[in-house]
Amino acid sequence: MSAEPRLIEVRKNILKQNDLLARELRERFRQANVFVASFVSSPGSGKTAFLEKTLTCLRPNFRCAALVGDLATANDAARLARAGVPVKQIVTGTICHLEARMVENALGDWDLNELDCLFIENVGNLVCPSSYDLGEALRVVLMSTTEGEDKPLKYPTIFNTADVAVITKMDLAEAVEFDLQAAHKSIQAVRPGMRVFEVSSKTGAGMGEWLEFLDSQRQKHDR
Amino acid sequence: MKDMHELSIAVSMVDMAVEESQRQGGVRVNAIHLKLGKLSGVVKDALLFSYDVVCEGTSLEGSRLIIEEIPIIVFCPKCEAETPPTATNNLCCPKCETPTPQVVRGREMEVTALEIE
Repeated sequence: MSAEPRLIEVRKNILKQNDLLARELRERFRQANVFVASFVSSPGSGKTAFLEKTLTCLRPNFRCAALVGDLATANDAARLARAGVPVKQIVTGTICHLEARMVENALGDWDLNELDCLFIENVGNLVCPSSYDLGEALRVVLMSTTEGEDKPLKYPTIFNTADVAVITKMDLAEAVEFDLQAAHKSIQAVRPGMRVFEVSSKTGAGMGEWLEFLDSQRQKHDR
Repeated sequence: MKDMHELSIAVSMVDMAVEESQRQGGVRVNAIHLKLGKLSGVVKDALLFSYDVVCEGTSLEGSRLIIEEIPIIVFCPKCEAETPPTATNNLCCPKCETPTPQVVRGREMEVTALEIE
């Protein structure tokens, strides 16, 4: 007859290490007064184009920089650099998401006091990034009109852990018969009350409202 | 497969258990008890598989991962009560259909206890 198992109580969050590092990063960003936003989506949703457009619009008035994560190539960093801001590529190799430690390493010799805004483009992945806090003040989830209205229903966790959503490639909505109302309904079902932006990085549609929101968020976090 | 999300989670867990067992004087850990929320973003089966892979060659080889799945509980502002939502991808009250953005339980990823020899 086997005895009752002896138990040691632990009560530790598994991602404690990442969370602790993220908290440190968040404090570091706060001290340096940098507004940090991260961007998650499926591969091909238009994150890079959206970020390039955003950075181009912000650059005249704000000192911006970007970090971009990919499994391979520095292509996205090259594209973002066209906006005329400092960009660093994080090549993750086989790791499918960014973690706080990678962000910390990438920041390296950058003087955060010289920056107003930092944008972090995550690896294209709608699953894993949801668990990893990067120390950002705002987390944006993107989905494009070509991905289908029920995307949020299939990936509830990533939408639930993001702050706002952006529907991209609105210029293609008609061509793919995208049901905008259904998409909004899906988003509200997995994250009730989530603010949603509709944009086309190509035509610039919707960018005004998005930039206005971004500015209000930046001011909110300004010391 | 190699750098699957659940694999790095399993590594963190096993590291934690090895550290704790050393702190307890090198006791043999037979099992790890884990609370895993349904909205945690971690797949239970993938984690179980990854766990066995990670334990190989460590002092935890042969140990079990016992997962307690925590269901999602939300707070309905209209009913003023906690309730499971209509569905994981439909966060509203099953009684009155009011949207329920406030998630009370279901995001956990917590090692609660270690079973030792």
